[in-house]
Amino acid sequence: MDDFLIRALLGGFGVALAAGPLGAFIVWRRMAYFGDTLAHSGLLGVALGMMLQIHPQLGVAATCLMIAIVLVLLQRQRVLATDTLLGILAHTSLSLGLVTLAFLETVRIDLTGYLFGDILAISPDDLYSIWGGALLALSALAWLWRPLLATTVHEELAQVEGVPVFAVRLAFMLLIAIVIAVAMKVIGILLITSLLVIPAATARRFVRSPESMALLASGLGCVAVGAGLWASLRWDTPAGPSVVVAAATLFLLSSLAR
Amino acid sequence: MTVKPPPAPLPATLPNEPLLTVENVHFAIRNNAILQAVNLQVSAGEIVALIGPNGAGKSTLVRIVLGLLRPNQGRVSLKPGLRVGYMPQRLVIDDTLPLTVQRFVTLGAPASRERVQAVLAEVGAAHVIDSPVQAISGGESQRMLLARALLREPDLLVLDEPIQGVDLTGQYELYELISNLRRQRGCGILMVSHELHLVMAATDHVLCLNRHVCCSGHPDHVARDPAYLELFGSDGARQLAVYHHHHNHRHDMHGTVVAVEEEETHG
Repeated sequence: MDDFLIRALLGGFGVALAAGPLGAFIVWRRMAYFGDTLAHSGLLGVALGMMLQIHPQLGVAATCLMIAIVLVLLQRQRVLATDTLLGILAHTSLSLGLVTLAFLETVRIDLTGYLFGDILAISPDDLYSIWGGALLALSALAWLWRPLLATTVHEELAQVEGVPVFAVRLAFMLLIAIVIAVAMKVIGILLITSLLVIPAATARRFVRSPESMALLASGLGCVAVGAGLWASLRWDTPAGPSVVVAAATLFLLSSLAR
Repeated sequence: MTVKPPPAPLPATLPNEPLLTVENVHFAIRNNAILQAVNLQVSAGEIVALIGPNGAGKSTLVRIVLGLLRPNQGRVSLKPGLRVGYMPQRLVIDDTLPLTVQRFVTLGAPASRERVQAVLAEVGAAHVIDSPVQAISGGESQRMLLARALLREPDLLVLDEPIQGVDLTGQYELYELISNLRRQRGCGILMVSHELHLVMAATDHVLCLNRHVCCSGHPDHVARDPAYLELFGSDGARQLAVYHHHHNHRHDMHGTVVAVEEEETHG
């Protein structure tokens, strides 16, 4: 197997492993569109990272977190519904990202790569940051597991029982931001949500505990990465979208299975 | 090096010291008064019921007591070291979350399966221990919530409409259960309810709330209060009459007739 292919597989696995459990929480908390909105702001993060000359992934994570905080503040006004706010934020931040990039005349960037991922171009350095971020997100999630699950089931009950729900919610948003930053290179900001949501939704039918759903989602994500890469080589299709199609195929098959 | 004097001994707590004291609490949202000058006390072994029409501020008061909302004015004091068990209004858990009753009950505090089994048996829901939370009935769901609160060994139980979504015989059973809990565990109970006749049957102290405390006291006293009659009208009075007739039997949650021992008879 070629080196670039091994790196692609390893990078994809790293993202899928972290996306599984986090995606399960996104499904349970009905936050798919929220995750999508944060991902849309990723491009703005890339642009800001270039302007400030910091690591683009750091720029992405910081921008995602900023958008999450803006959303929490906007939700307090209680005039516009959350989905309206998300629609405003998602596409405003995506457009702001594109506009900001246009101002950076000296840089030429691979826009398609950021939007849909460029898994076959993963460098060894990318691998370090992907696995570093993924392991960081996974260990933080393991540490947060109990309070986050209690908060997901019933926020006020958890609060009365002593869970610092606001801090837990903020930490969860930070984790989503990290995973988006990590996944951008692999799957692209427009497709990240699918890797979070589809494997978790596929896993639901086969499990009886939250933990097994999280683990199975990770496993299914890895299968989708493998199958998508294989298909991409076989038929010369774009790699990121092929992974998503593979994940969706697994979902369809599992829905048909009795 | 200075020698610190030994810490002063804590004042011995009186047995009848209230678990919860609410003093002159005011709460408003955007100048819209929700609660005005509310006072409330709950002592150990006592059941205090909050009744009142929709929008009377019952749930707001409960949330203030629990520390989920901060009053604009006034004080809420809990006895030091008090453990609170909270049973929220109906629970909706997303279908995508695979969670058994045992798992749900231990989300608040880890506990062995034996303890979970025992607490579920205490509330009459031992048979659903391994069921998914989405697959149990309304009554079982309320019992499960109560079990989670009890697992924390609470000194004070706060129940927000504990019999919502439960059929009539089940409601009766739940009230029996709650008043037995008070007797067996000796905890104080603060509960919100709509079902006047059942509240009247199981309660020591009733607080009739309509943004302020309209009237309060022993159920019999409150039921004759003009403010209560104005709020609930003859309907309330009739509900009370329903409660006051003598029961020589009752129904368990499966509808079977169960004989009532003399001391359990109401009226």
